[in-house]
Amino acid sequence: MKILELEHVSKRFVQPLDFAGRIARALGADAADEVVHAVDDVSFSVEEGEVVGLVGESGCGKSTLGRMVAGILEPSAGTIRYRGKDATSLNEREARQAALKVQMIFQDPFASLNPRMRVADIVGEAPLVHGIVKREQLDGYLDELLVRCGLDPGYKPRYPHQFSGGQRSRIGIARALAVKPEFLVCDEAVAALDVSIQAQILNLFMQLRRDLGLTYLFISHDLGVVEHLSDRVIIMYLGRIVESAAAEEIFRAPNHPYTQALLKQVPRLDTRKTQFKPIVGEIPSPLSPPAGCHFHPRCPHAMPRCREHAPPLREVAAGHLSACHLNEA
Amino acid sequence: MRVEDLKTHFFTRAGVVRAVDGVSFEVRPGEVLGLVGESGCGKTVTGFSILGLVDPPGRIVGGRIIFDGTDLLQLGEARMRQIRGARIAMVFQDPMMTLNPVLRIDTQMVEAVRAHQDVDASTALRIARDALERVGIPSPDSRLRSYPHQFSGGMRQRVAIAIALLNRPKLIIADEPTTALDVTIQAQILYEAQKLCRESGTALIWITHDLSVVAGLADRICVMYAGRIVEQGSVDEVLDAPLHPYTHGLIGSVPSRNRRGAPLAQIPGMTPALVNLPPGCAFRSRCPRAQPRCTEQPELQARNGRLVRCFYPL
Repeated sequence: MKILELEHVSKRFVQPLDFAGRIARALGADAADEVVHAVDDVSFSVEEGEVVGLVGESGCGKSTLGRMVAGILEPSAGTIRYRGKDATSLNEREARQAALKVQMIFQDPFASLNPRMRVADIVGEAPLVHGIVKREQLDGYLDELLVRCGLDPGYKPRYPHQFSGGQRSRIGIARALAVKPEFLVCDEAVAALDVSIQAQILNLFMQLRRDLGLTYLFISHDLGVVEHLSDRVIIMYLGRIVESAAAEEIFRAPNHPYTQALLKQVPRLDTRKTQFKPIVGEIPSPLSPPAGCHFHPRCPHAMPRCREHAPPLREVAAGHLSACHLNEA
Repeated sequence: MRVEDLKTHFFTRAGVVRAVDGVSFEVRPGEVLGLVGESGCGKTVTGFSILGLVDPPGRIVGGRIIFDGTDLLQLGEARMRQIRGARIAMVFQDPMMTLNPVLRIDTQMVEAVRAHQDVDASTALRIARDALERVGIPSPDSRLRSYPHQFSGGMRQRVAIAIALLNRPKLIIADEPTTALDVTIQAQILYEAQKLCRESGTALIWITHDLSVVAGLADRICVMYAGRIVEQGSVDEVLDAPLHPYTHGLIGSVPSRNRRGAPLAQIPGMTPALVNLPPGCAFRSRCPRAQPRCTEQPELQARNGRLVRCFYPL
């Protein structure tokens, strides 16, 4: 069953002209508001209990997409349906209930916890406010939650600065789990951690998935992490989905030239003394993305058509979508 | 260059932090040495110590750093300034912090050249231009007149590397230079670094927490834990058959080494605080092979042509 569906979702950030710019426009100058298409016409769905990995480089819109799914940002266009219901069609009470079901875990375990609150308040505030537990049961509820996340219940009266990075990550996870969500959006949740701590947190995510039947949208730039954790992988480039397929499939037979290049360049333990052969060029600014296929200036297979028409996502194998003109004809 | 028994301690109010405690290694011309470890293991302080950049309350309390036959620790600050930037250069993690935001790239580069070479301004500018070209910056002539904020993160890191190259140093110390960069940009920087060592015979110490990066780049690896080198050897030996339990655990934690979906082999616990570290092997509380004897401090011992600091190696 589909737990989450996105249809033609876009997010534009508009930077209006400043005063000088508005005057210049009034005088006939060719000045316009700066518009960033952070997410550009994205559609996908997530099955219940599935782990979907969302991969891309900086500025590709993966975090913006995650924030829209978590309800922190509203899409500029398109609909996001959770369990078949569009959030905008619900009344206030229903919307609040629905919003609790999707929780987000943030990248920076230092910035995402209020330094002046105790762990008991950080984790316990939301379930109390939303009436999930009564105040007299809160203590037991928190103990259970902290143990589940691998923390000692004795940590409750402590402040965030008394913890290491890995422990803070666990507090962030406990906070998200406190309102009994069904769906977790993890935005680079392990990127700031050391390798040995990262492994501990990834194991915790997998444990929670088994115990609580959670569904994940796992946003990361680290292909190794995504490969390990995900059932399905979605690759984004400059606001658009370029490829999506089951994890084994995408790592075994990547179709899109960007995915191929990305996979080739991930440093791995087994590739020794390699000749690095980088993709040429930089990621273009999302302020003025190239016309047609966004990847064409860096693509080794670019054709004239790629400069004019953006290729649509089409199925290249069962459940394997890719947006590239090479797949036609 | 050869580092012998280097000790850099920080004297804080809470106690003595032995950030680097008896580190020894050497790098040969044209060689890439990977210095690997997790945060707080002393890898950055090792790099800073070589260049004499340790600030109080930190102090180098022992050891020798032999570079080209001279002990850098015996040199005065004036002599050290001549070496720093000219014969040993450093590339830092965050290029925005190393470049001056209010000066154009050409100003900064010409200054760096003329600090160490007796050349006129136009020659210095030509040297700067050539350095930019060598690290793969397109249209170096016009880019020289740009300010740092006009470059992207990857380009800024290239500029930082170009500045390190200006005086044709014999040794470059690179501290996590690709950690802040995207995968495709990281690959470009690794490519430039590799080309550089091959072509100019510059030795490179690449400090990183990411084993996968050094796997493709380095010739030899030193693994550091809590201020000490715990294992040292060639890339293939260390990564294929680690001897120290910590190296073994670190490699096991890398997701791509594990079966997909299976729990990752994790190291329990966390890295110890370095303040007043108890004697003995610092890893013993997390180590699956720990024995009562591990409360004594193990020495680095040679084993099959490499070094390991463990009583019970794998």
